[in-house]
Amino acid sequence: MLHYVLSRLLRAAVSIVMVVTFVFVVLRMSGDPATVIMGADAPPEAIDAFRKAWGLDQPVWIQYFAFFEAVFSGELGRSMRDGRDVVAVVLERVPSTLSLTVPAFLINIAVGIPAGVHAALHRNSLIDRCVMVMAVTGFAVPSFILAMLLVLIFSVNLGWLPSAGQDSWLNAILPIATMGFGGAALLARFTRSAMLEVLGQSYIRTASAKGLPWPAVVWRHALQNAAIPTITIIGFMLGGLVAGAVVVESVFSWPGVGRLLVVSVANRDLAVVQAIVLMIAMTMVAANMVVDVLYGLVDPRMQGQARGARR
Amino acid sequence: MAFIEIENLSVAFGRSMALRGINLSVERGEAVGLVGESGCGKSVTWLAALGLLPASATVRGSVWLDGKDILGAPKARLEPVRGGRIAMIFQDPAASLNPVHRIGRQIGEALTLHRRMKGEQARAEVIRLMDQVGIPDAKNRFNAYPHELSGGQNQRVMIAMALAGEPELLVADEPTTALDVTIQAQILDLLTTLRRDTGMAMVLISHDLGVVSETCSRIAVMYAGRIVEEAPSERMFSHPSHPYTRGLLGSLPPLTGPRQRLVAIPGSVPEAARMPKGCAFAPRCGLSTELCTDVDPTALPMADEHNAACIFAKPYQADIHLVRDRSAFIRERAMQ
Repeated sequence: MLHYVLSRLLRAAVSIVMVVTFVFVVLRMSGDPATVIMGADAPPEAIDAFRKAWGLDQPVWIQYFAFFEAVFSGELGRSMRDGRDVVAVVLERVPSTLSLTVPAFLINIAVGIPAGVHAALHRNSLIDRCVMVMAVTGFAVPSFILAMLLVLIFSVNLGWLPSAGQDSWLNAILPIATMGFGGAALLARFTRSAMLEVLGQSYIRTASAKGLPWPAVVWRHALQNAAIPTITIIGFMLGGLVAGAVVVESVFSWPGVGRLLVVSVANRDLAVVQAIVLMIAMTMVAANMVVDVLYGLVDPRMQGQARGARR
Repeated sequence: MAFIEIENLSVAFGRSMALRGINLSVERGEAVGLVGESGCGKSVTWLAALGLLPASATVRGSVWLDGKDILGAPKARLEPVRGGRIAMIFQDPAASLNPVHRIGRQIGEALTLHRRMKGEQARAEVIRLMDQVGIPDAKNRFNAYPHELSGGQNQRVMIAMALAGEPELLVADEPTTALDVTIQAQILDLLTTLRRDTGMAMVLISHDLGVVSETCSRIAVMYAGRIVEEAPSERMFSHPSHPYTRGLLGSLPPLTGPRQRLVAIPGSVPEAARMPKGCAFAPRCGLSTELCTDVDPTALPMADEHNAACIFAKPYQADIHLVRDRSAFIRERAMQ
């Protein structure tokens, strides 16, 4: 078991390093922070001084090793814009993002899973068709279009809800609805197909042939099996809790991590972008580990694999 | 009165007729073999009788149990029958057990349903049943998952689960097809022993005449959704009357005598959606005439308890020599 956990941790570390490296290189190759932050018409001496101050005059690989050295000593750097510690800059945005993503996540699960299960149990019924139309729509329509549509209806036409900002809890409703719908649609689709697959299995027929009433067949025999593929999707959603709201936060001008990321990329505020990417990578990896644990809880065959890995 | 009597049972999936009027009865304590190629409707017959087919299937006819028709009966009446009076085991035991539940729990579920046993009492009975079906170290295997057992062990678990409801009839749907040959024999022996000990009736569904003949006293041969011949086992082998049965017997490898090429029945089973007019076997039959493609034969009595659905089947006419002649005939036909 220890070997299994260690190998998972090692793989996780490798993924994080790769993601951070990729972002590090791409950011430095795709634009010069000095000219963006100081302005294109700043005097050359000022730009040179800025480069020197942030170490940008060094070759990329030296910057890269300096960066990793700093990371391992717990120093993620300072924002090039205002000189504040990036950890503080990023962390102060986290609660704001979570106040959108956590309710949206709960909606995804509370709506998506029952809708998918119900659709599968009443295959080809009117409700199934409706769920599928909603699910495909939610899947196909990009969230920014849905967001703008909601703004058009509820802010512009009806005037019920604010369209942007963070003045009161009313501001959170439209962004949460946007993310809640998209995620619920995705989850409903996957749950439905997982459930249909399971309902066609022999052991469901066995359970019925044993004399179990249909609701008991569904509850005891179908749901736990259908949960296995659904957990994968929930894992992705968990990973997106901290920074999954980039588009929606931008549309609704919600001052969360996602919006900070967009602004920082535009401004070439390298340290901030790197810190956010590191955080995203770590939450994704953590979510994956949670998924692995859940798999083991739901599916005894997976425990066998974990045990097998020890040998 | 027979324990269960299936009367004129037909099943259609859309426009495909899976069953075209099945008449079959099983006496108490009797072992009946149901033989035929894949897709001839052997399993569908019993799934339909217990109401286990998907809603898309159109089911007609009657299934008499204790003088009451259970076909299409409400769930409340069918559920005590399923597993309680008629239990089923299936072809692929590993796929027929729920992979995420412990086997003890899966067997115990049937005890709770049909014998209202719970807790320690149910656990003790599960272990007794596991012992009875020959699962070694039952106490420890109670907590095993199906993937931790072999195919043969899983089939024993299925059998224990079927016995849990103390059924009067066990329908074994190709119980040994997915298993090794040595395990096959063990499972068949187990079924025979259990039947002797409990007195329950059994329907053994198989595509293998050999398997069925060892275990069953009576055999029904199915072809394309219909029973084409029905007779006591020895009679089926000594006096096969339907050309299809003779074809099946001709394709069994003989255990004695010189080695010879096995005779296959030419052609293949007609598609359920495109059933020929007249006798369904006529396109593959060496004896078929114009009359066969016109008249759909009904089951005719050949002798006591022996029926065959062929217009050329005559009582007491066929014997084993004829079977060999016929094999030669079919072989010639196949070569043309």
